[in-house]
Amino acid sequence: MHELSIAQSIVDIVRQHAPDGVPVRAVRVAVGRMSGVVPESLEFCFSAVVGDTMLEGARLEIDRIPVRADCAQCGNVFVVEEAAFACPACGGSDLKLISGTELQVIEIEVAEGAHEGL
Amino acid sequence: MSIITIQRKVLEKNDEIARRNREIFRRHRLRVLNVVSSPGAGKTSLLERTLEFLGGSLKVAVIEGDVQTDFDARRVARYGVPVVQIVTNGGCHLEAKLVQDALENLQLDNLDLLIIENVGNLVCPAGYDLGEDMKVVVASVTEGEDKPLKYPAMFRNAAVLLINKIDLLPHLDFDLAALRRHALQINPGLRVFETSCRTGAGIAEWCAWLKNPGAGTP
Repeated sequence: MHELSIAQSIVDIVRQHAPDGVPVRAVRVAVGRMSGVVPESLEFCFSAVVGDTMLEGARLEIDRIPVRADCAQCGNVFVVEEAAFACPACGGSDLKLISGTELQVIEIEVAEGAHEGL
Repeated sequence: MSIITIQRKVLEKNDEIARRNREIFRRHRLRVLNVVSSPGAGKTSLLERTLEFLGGSLKVAVIEGDVQTDFDARRVARYGVPVVQIVTNGGCHLEAKLVQDALENLQLDNLDLLIIENVGNLVCPAGYDLGEDMKVVVASVTEGEDKPLKYPAMFRNAAVLLINKIDLLPHLDFDLAALRRHALQINPGLRVFETSCRTGAGIAEWCAWLKNPGAGTP
């Protein structure tokens, strides 16, 4: 249950990028399925920490990123389902994870009149 | 409406401090373990047995993470090794900054091994790099055989699995082979030791590996 501090870090990062005085309408984040973060819990914590900030009322849009692996044996790229870390094509277990651990702020949507490139 | 692209890692601050910790460890040629488990799996008891068995043959220091107390640090200090206690005051995991601060209270010269005992939790510590060389996950036989499947991030990121409390096996319906199978399904490279802090079983093998981690599979 560290979603509260994660939500606070998201707000801190957004505040460094959003233009002064312009309300932030939405924040898009990527959350990998192996990031250790529960999306529902993050949504709840986010709504709790944005009060009285430029993010008040902002939507949190969460891209849930599947765990994908690249098989060293046959080159197959696949989605790891149900923690089965074996290649469905050749059975190989020498896998490189290529997604699923993300925890990233992707972009924000700000109200009309704001300018890019801060 | 306008869109502003950000593309920044939420935990970038932690990752940056972990990188600096790692740099300090490298400079001191110090091996660092981050020991994780659910509460009560036996991390502190394993530390005690390990320190007892090593008996000074490795120069060890310990950083103890705890939500509220310094009980564990006091237990470990009896073995005559430097111990620094981090109390997270309710925090569910250690962060790189807490370890960085703890390092100020440790003499790193002439140390061989730093063992960081994380807060008992199989979820949150997985996302926080402390700068360690490897994570050691402890699972006891009083927990479910499906632990690795429920907490894949932790078992995937660990290099070593200690299956603890094996002295209790005769009293349980625990399927040891299933735990091994599940753990290796998540992470085929995992090195597995079976230990009992009560009888001392497996401690010699584990300590032999600690002294010489390059050696072959036991």
